[in-house]
Amino acid sequence: MNLAEGVQYISFLILAFLVIGAALGVVLLSNIVYSAFLLGGVFLSISGIYILLNADFVAAAQVLVYVGAVSVLILFAIMLVNKREDFSKIPGRWLRNVSTALVCTGIFALLSTMVLITPWQINETGPFVENTLVTIGKHFFSDYLLPFELASVLLLMAMVGAIILARRDLIPELSEENKTATALTLPERPRELTSASK
Amino acid sequence: MTSGIDLQNSFLQSLQGFGLPPGLAKLFWIPLPSILMIIGATVGVLVVVWLERKISAAAQQRIGPEYAGPLGVLQPVADGIKLVFKEDVVPAKADPWLFTLGPVLVVLPVFLSYLIVPFGQNLVITDINVGIFLWIALSSIAPIGLLMSGYASNNKYSLLGGLRAAAQSISYEIPLSLAVLAIVMMSNSLSTIDIVDQQSGYGILGWNIWRQPVGFLIFWIAALAECERLPFDLPEAEEELVAGYQTEYAGMKFALFYLGSYVNLVLSALVFSVLYLGGWDFPIPLENVANWLGVAPTTSWLQVLMAALGITMTVLKSYFLIFIAILLRWTVPRVRIDQLLNLGWKFLLPVALANLLITAALKLTFPMAFGG
Repeated sequence: MNLAEGVQYISFLILAFLVIGAALGVVLLSNIVYSAFLLGGVFLSISGIYILLNADFVAAAQVLVYVGAVSVLILFAIMLVNKREDFSKIPGRWLRNVSTALVCTGIFALLSTMVLITPWQINETGPFVENTLVTIGKHFFSDYLLPFELASVLLLMAMVGAIILARRDLIPELSEENKTATALTLPERPRELTSASK
Repeated sequence: MTSGIDLQNSFLQSLQGFGLPPGLAKLFWIPLPSILMIIGATVGVLVVVWLERKISAAAQQRIGPEYAGPLGVLQPVADGIKLVFKEDVVPAKADPWLFTLGPVLVVLPVFLSYLIVPFGQNLVITDINVGIFLWIALSSIAPIGLLMSGYASNNKYSLLGGLRAAAQSISYEIPLSLAVLAIVMMSNSLSTIDIVDQQSGYGILGWNIWRQPVGFLIFWIAALAECERLPFDLPEAEEELVAGYQTEYAGMKFALFYLGSYVNLVLSALVFSVLYLGGWDFPIPLENVANWLGVAPTTSWLQVLMAALGITMTVLKSYFLIFIAILLRWTVPRVRIDQLLNLGWKFLLPVALANLLITAALKLTFPMAFGG
């Protein structure tokens, strides 16, 4: 084992430890803000593993999308709600915990068998990829064209939905009788924006 | 492409001349460029702090610092020493872990981004394929640190400042990336070296600033907003938020924020000069001049001269941009938060999109001039 391989091996161990540790922290900590920050840590460590796999573009995209956008969005949601609530004691809480543990162990067992039965032999004699970006682009516009375009449609749908939700004036007026049913409606009514820019 | 000076090989060979095995020599080489870059960035910050004080004094018809060293050049050093020796206060109800981690998360990505800043054909720490994209990705980590420090301070001004900072840097990242994307499309590569190479050959006429007049304005505005410089320094607007997310910080942790913001400014100026002002290129195409004079491009003194000129040109261009940024800070009033978000989403974003489309159209129509 030469220097480069040793560094790679040790980096992989450190990154794997970080991913697993941070992920456990996300699930087990009771403070939701810590969980959100640790989720960012999980994403960062995963991008480190991508770098070890020579996938430089995927690693940078992982940082940009997951750390820079998804984690920040989650943090925003938590901090704007800003309601610190301790978990109240529910009778029979242990039952829920046990069932959660059962489901999680089941999923873990399924994934482990998948990992064990999949042949991970990689054809190492394949051509060395000089520029991963060009290779990814070629795949996107040839054999992965349909998933690529479908993903953009999905994002467009999400964007339209977010705009509809943000613009309350597009929601039709509620009739008088179901105005009291506030269980599923948004708590605010459309209001005149105080336009400060005039 | 000429190979130029290869510092790494000559360093390794000289170490092996002393009888060291090649692996060990390589181990000695690995940290050297990074340490050099960290020192360079820190010295750059000291210079910028001094410039900021002197130029602001000139803008307000004062003298500015003058007792510490000649013309007050040692004033930033004195500031730094003061901050190092101050007491490290953590507020009583603050979250000590997040409070400490926040400034670190803000500073680290900025220093990491120096990996991709080239000062010459071979004078760059890593020439990676994703180059400029790495800078954009790393700069998106900073909002997490800002949110973290704002939340951990347990102070409503801090929290508001942190939220504002994150909102601001997310909104301005999009026009910034679109402006960079137009450049990348013209140079067919994300690597900073390729971007500069594509601009070289015609001297000042080949620089991207002539081909991307809209893009460079968008980039500059967005970069100022990302650095939280004054027309856009809402996260720490004194009249509204005391000092935003920095309110509770003192001593070395405050110094980290301070250092981070100035390193970010220098970095943005360096990236700007790489993207739009031809990086290490001299305004006159020197290779052609050397050819006319009959000097071979492999002559050693010419290579040393070119490397020195390259570093000087990169630094000069970025300090010119920093000068503009400082002048803007002391002459332009602050915008309001709604104006800031309106400018980002309703003006810069559509203009940047249109710029990208027009660049694509021009690239197809005139592949000669727009790097087909």
